[in-house]
Amino acid sequence: MANLVKFTIDGRELEAAPGTLVIDAAKRAGIEIPAFCYYEGLSLQGACRMCMVEVERMPKLQTACTLPVAEGMVVRTDTPQVAQARKGTLEFLLTNHPLDCPVCDKGGECELQDMVFRYGAGESRFTEIKHHVDEKQWSPVVYFDAPRCILCYRCVRVCDEGMGVGALGVVNRGVVAEIAPNHGDHLECDECGMCIDICPVGALTSGAYRYKTRPWEMEHVGTICTHCSNGCRTTLGVRNNQIIRGNNRDSSGINGEFLCIKGRYAFDFYDHPDRLQAPLMKVNGKLEPVSWSQALAAVARKFSDVKARGGNFGVIGSNRTTNEENFYLQKFARQVLGTNNLDHRRSGDIVSLLDALHGQQTALATTADLYQAKAVVVISADLALEHPLLSWQIRANWRHHAAHVYVVTTEPVREDKYSVNAARCAPGQELETLQALRPQLVDEPELIFVFGDTIKGEKVRKLVEFGASLGKPVKYVCLVDYANSRGAMDMGLTPELLPGYRASGMPGLTIAEMLAAEDLDVLWVVGANPLAGASLAARGAFVVVQDLFLTETAQAADVVFPACSAYEKNGTVTNVTGEVQRLKRAVQAMGTKPDLEIIGLLAREMGEAAQLGPWSADKVFAEIRATVPGYNVPLPVILTGGAAQTSPVNGRVEAPARPELIRSARNGLFSSGTLGRYSNVLHSVLEGRRQP
Amino acid sequence: MLASYPPGRQRSAVVPMLIFAQDEVGSITPELVQEVAKRCGVQPVQVEECVTYYSMLRKKPLGKYHVQICTNISCLLNGGEELWKRACEQTGLGHKQVSADGMVSLEEVECIGACSWAPALQVNYDFEHLVTPERLDEILAACRKGDYVEKAK
Ligand code: SF4
Ligand code: SF4
Ligand code: SF4
Ligand code: FES
Ligand code: FES
Repeated sequence: MANLVKFTIDGRELEAAPGTLVIDAAKRAGIEIPAFCYYEGLSLQGACRMCMVEVERMPKLQTACTLPVAEGMVVRTDTPQVAQARKGTLEFLLTNHPLDCPVCDKGGECELQDMVFRYGAGESRFTEIKHHVDEKQWSPVVYFDAPRCILCYRCVRVCDEGMGVGALGVVNRGVVAEIAPNHGDHLECDECGMCIDICPVGALTSGAYRYKTRPWEMEHVGTICTHCSNGCRTTLGVRNNQIIRGNNRDSSGINGEFLCIKGRYAFDFYDHPDRLQAPLMKVNGKLEPVSWSQALAAVARKFSDVKARGGNFGVIGSNRTTNEENFYLQKFARQVLGTNNLDHRRSGDIVSLLDALHGQQTALATTADLYQAKAVVVISADLALEHPLLSWQIRANWRHHAAHVYVVTTEPVREDKYSVNAARCAPGQELETLQALRPQLVDEPELIFVFGDTIKGEKVRKLVEFGASLGKPVKYVCLVDYANSRGAMDMGLTPELLPGYRASGMPGLTIAEMLAAEDLDVLWVVGANPLAGASLAARGAFVVVQDLFLTETAQAADVVFPACSAYEKNGTVTNVTGEVQRLKRAVQAMGTKPDLEIIGLLAREMGEAAQLGPWSADKVFAEIRATVPGYNVPLPVILTGGAAQTSPVNGRVEAPARPELIRSARNGLFSSGTLGRYSNVLHSVLEGRRQP
Repeated sequence: MLASYPPGRQRSAVVPMLIFAQDEVGSITPELVQEVAKRCGVQPVQVEECVTYYSMLRKKPLGKYHVQICTNISCLLNGGEELWKRACEQTGLGHKQVSADGMVSLEEVECIGACSWAPALQVNYDFEHLVTPERLDEILAACRKGDYVEKAK
């Protein structure tokens, strides 16, 4: 890097790029400068005065969080004057702050507590009565206790800048200044809890977590959110086999500190009272609980019979189950049952995209790319609601790198606010509208196109042609629903394709065709709900369902197996940008089994286990890495909780894309298919209740 | 007004817009907050921040004549405090209180930049310099009757 600035901190000679803040330079050199209001990635505030340092030839102490390094600058953080300033600042912060850490929800992970312990005075000189205000509840998930607030403005900034919501403000001034929500006495917002997470003290607390436990009493399990395709890493706080909290404690993974309401709170479906805990079997027309061995035997017998007489199977997979489960299911269907009637609900036309991009290695964008690219074009999606992490990344890119954002949608979206051009289009006219942006787009040095489910089939091809015609490096994100839609496609859960987008070359029924086929003998549904709003034509078909709840499909089943949720099993999932990440079991739900194990046990019951291989997640993943094109991702990255992008094909996909089958559920922030129905949090917040 | 700020800095217009609107409406109503937020492209809560921060922006209407009496140092030395007490007695009002008929309101203020002519007070946008107790009585009487002549208007 050219022209590094040289300066010293505490006698150590250091170098940094011009514009680097003293606080960051110190941190990189391992010198801690305490700070409250400074927060990497958010605008500078200079409000708390905790970061004071002495700078030679400057008359007074300076705030290290707003001071850029300069050539020859001599900074000291270890002088008596600095120590005194820190102590004084803390004393002021504590004037009206209650001194009751033992009853505060933040105790044990509070930045103020730590700082006072380290830099503060041993006792208080303050004998006056403290200014007190009662605690307020702003929403089912957000509580505010004004006396604990140290007015660092982190919450205000993360909501405004990070989320693009701007629901919080600071009202009044001086000693009565406090944080206020956007609707006087309550909040109407994304309910993401980012403000709570970022609060250094116990002023903002979470309705889902407060006063339930202490941080050191929990085990912290890093896994992946199961709600949408963005695949945020979340750390589940677990105690006594219960998930008590969701956050991304160590800011690791593709999402850093980000989580939306679903990732942070909507894990609560897992212990909903309606969770299935024993296999069910239809006895005299009614589903009755039975033992695992009875249920497995009954299904295996049926499968073997139908197979022996050459009957018709239909197998429907899930876009929530793991890659291992999807792979194993398709292997079971194709090799054991000998059927190619295999499908899942498709929500984005990745097949057309891969085919159109044949020969281009790096044309699929990652989550990180969305933060780095010079320009991003959002087509036909309300990202802030449907793909919260992608939206967060683009916003951060705009804030930090002044990225150019373009929008082509039928309705106004949050991205409009920071776009250079927000174009409205008539439904179906996206590409025509995009053409109109051409003069601006050709001037961009590089671009990412993010497109929703209305761009499919021929339109994907046209979009890629358009991208290529710009003559610039272009990458794409094909939006899909749910935690593992990409994985379901990649693992070949369609009649047309084998794992890795190799053509199956065999006919097979799609979901709609299975439901309509009058001669279907067995319908096996793993983690999906195709009979919601639809019916099965084959009256006599034997229906087997694996699910968490008694969904519409499960109600119509002959046998129901209670399955584990994503938080109760290991495995891998592939997110919307094709990044593979690892699930880690956080809790165990009584009576349930992972879908992989259920499928494996069925194979064993049928005497076919040998040809399918062991049903441990690690073994199946090893097989996937070895046999599925593009999945030879570096194992250490995955095992250590990282994300590795797959590179599925580098040639034509020799199979039809079936765009007519593609439809996104368009789940917003407060819905999440069948799981969302069982999340009390999603129903409790105002915004969730308002949804149709 | 928005045009007088550089592009992208429209939020700078929040405070002046609030002042002008307050002069017209009498106080900052919730509808006004919404409207200003919309025009300046900020969130209503961000307008609320300004309204509650600045003491010259107010959510309740003041009297038709708002009398602000300075008791800061120069005026204090020249009888400002006495003026303030006298005004309170005369009107029966205290700091930031409004008469029942809505004609007069009082406020004790810090330096209003008229130290050379202390003691000074302000009636709405009008300055009154070198105010004597008698002049104060006249001013208050005129305000109550509604015939105080505002030069600055
Ligand atoms: S919950 Fe999220 S959207 Fe709501 S105020 Fe907090 S940061 Fe803003
Ligand atoms: S509520 Fe928390 S994050 Fe917000 S200003 Fe107060 S201390 Fe800072
Ligand atoms: S953005 Fe998606 S993956 Fe991330 S927390 Fe929200 S629902 Fe989960
Ligand atoms: S961290 Fe520097 S003033 Fe708050
Ligand atoms: S002190 Fe009263 S006007 Fe300055």
